[in-house]
Amino acid sequence: MTSRPPAYSKFRDVQAELDLSGAAIFRDADGVESLIIRNPYSITYIHSYAEDSPFFLGLAEGRLRGSKCRKPKCGFVYGTPRSHCMVCGAPTEWIDLPTRGRVHSWTTCHFGSEAFLKETPYNLALVEFDRVGSLLLVRLKDCVESDLYVGMPVEARFDPNPKYSITDVWFVPAR
Amino acid sequence: MVTGGVTKFAKAHPAMDFRLMVKRAYDYALKGIPGLTADRIDGSRISYFSDHFSRQLKAASMVQDYLGLNPKGSVRIEWGGATGGECFQAAYEAVASGRMDVCLAAGYETMSRVPTWKGNEFIALASDTNFDFPLGGFYTGYYALMVVRHIYEYLRLGKFGHVTDEREAQRLAIAEGSRIMSKVSVKNHLNALHNPYAQYPKRLTVDDVLRSEMISYPLTREQICTMSDGAAVAVLCTEQRAKEFTDRPVRVTGVGCGTDTMRLADRPFGKVPLMPHEKAKDYEELRYPGVHSFRAGRAAGLEAYRMAGISNPNTELDFIELHDAYASSEIQTYEDLGLCKYGEGYDFVERGDPFLSGIDYGFPTPQAGAIPVNPSGGLIACGHPVGATGLMQGVFAFWQLQGTVPKHFGDPALQLDRPRRGAIHSHAGTGSSVTVSILERGFR
Repeated sequence: MTSRPPAYSKFRDVQAELDLSGAAIFRDADGVESLIIRNPYSITYIHSYAEDSPFFLGLAEGRLRGSKCRKPKCGFVYGTPRSHCMVCGAPTEWIDLPTRGRVHSWTTCHFGSEAFLKETPYNLALVEFDRVGSLLLVRLKDCVESDLYVGMPVEARFDPNPKYSITDVWFVPAR
Repeated sequence: MVTGGVTKFAKAHPAMDFRLMVKRAYDYALKGIPGLTADRIDGSRISYFSDHFSRQLKAASMVQDYLGLNPKGSVRIEWGGATGGECFQAAYEAVASGRMDVCLAAGYETMSRVPTWKGNEFIALASDTNFDFPLGGFYTGYYALMVVRHIYEYLRLGKFGHVTDEREAQRLAIAEGSRIMSKVSVKNHLNALHNPYAQYPKRLTVDDVLRSEMISYPLTREQICTMSDGAAVAVLCTEQRAKEFTDRPVRVTGVGCGTDTMRLADRPFGKVPLMPHEKAKDYEELRYPGVHSFRAGRAAGLEAYRMAGISNPNTELDFIELHDAYASSEIQTYEDLGLCKYGEGYDFVERGDPFLSGIDYGFPTPQAGAIPVNPSGGLIACGHPVGATGLMQGVFAFWQLQGTVPKHFGDPALQLDRPRRGAIHSHAGTGSSVTVSILERGFR
């Protein structure tokens, strides 16, 4: 007994067949046949936030934390925390960031990675804070593409049911 | 460099896996030089970006194996989007260090083995997975953030500086920036009509580009490169070997590499590292690089230009194959590489400097031919099989300098008039690593 998967000359049909039966043959314009199979892959990582952990634990408590270089002569303040200073290499300490800032740049994503397609359209913004040397990338909610502009005042909101992800914080137009 | 080869870039090559694709490009390259056989090659540098795409780790070993180059030395090169450009430089270094007389640089990517949006997810895993990826994990989104700020810095505060209503001024500036970006897309797609290796050659109008699907505001589908299957190889060797192999070698006279923070949010706001033809007072008001410019590209350019003895790239380069993953990043990169000053990128397009003379783009390009950028069609029109892309640029630049574009493309339209010196530019992440290499005609 032999069995042979069905052959198709359109790649779209090959994909449909893979979803159905797991194997198909693609026949190209020159008549060359390629056997194609479904090859699923999934994995759950044991991901540690490691030195970034206090930031994510802070979000769960409704605190937005940055970091500040401990070296007095440097003192660089980070809007996205770094545990060591990129300017001088010294360790940093945790600080509370302002929960109000301004849009430094923005976009509305109408597509995204597969994992986020169902959430489209969504807004991304880089937020700048007074007296802070670097920015924070966040989702911007409660507003649409035509509302957005550079310099727009925004404020933080926190998820009361934290997922321990950067998405536990988002920003909205400041009231 | 003595020879090169490229497979046609395509959305999918289901009948070839990565080994066969590289083999095709390799055979094409060796066919051009009768004296160059596998036994003359001392080793290789092999590049591909992601193990995820084929779910085959150590795939570079399988390429080395398939080409029959065992037991010679080989190393896999990976550097995000700049993987191909870095591979080119790794081969250069293998020869320049004296370790090899003849080194093969080979690269590929087979991106068709996963669905497009899953592929976007893999690419986005090349952003910080604690802080950036979970927000949407989408590179087009990151580049949209960068160009919105670029437009703000240079069009809102420039040409539209007189408009008092802030939101109206920003809308006008984005519309203007989008229109000009679309000209870059028209250029690259149209150049590619004469390049048989290109994935998406076509004639478009500015309106076609603007009206194509919105992917991440303000970037539309036609302003963005796509995923591809493809391979490219280049053979680099010592000057002595080069003379044995060919009477038309191309000399690598400069290599540069620069880096920047992985996260856009961490980019500093400092001073511009100046090109020899720029002055500090040109940029008194500019906070650099922020998210609007690529400091890594500037650093790579400075290093490569210094090594090649170039003080003004605009007048001393005859063309550039530039990493235009987005029409926006092509314009940002003109400025990083010193083809024009920071803030002049949009005018540079409007004047026509990066266009080819002798091609009708459907709008005026008065200074066409000044310094053609992406005469091949670039990533936007040729495709972007990541590990092959930077080497593809190397091969196209090599053929330009040899004067053999008509032979390899079967079409003379893209051959520049006896170019002497060109650059290739390969770019990764949100500008987190960039390579620039300078190639010069090595014969009279």
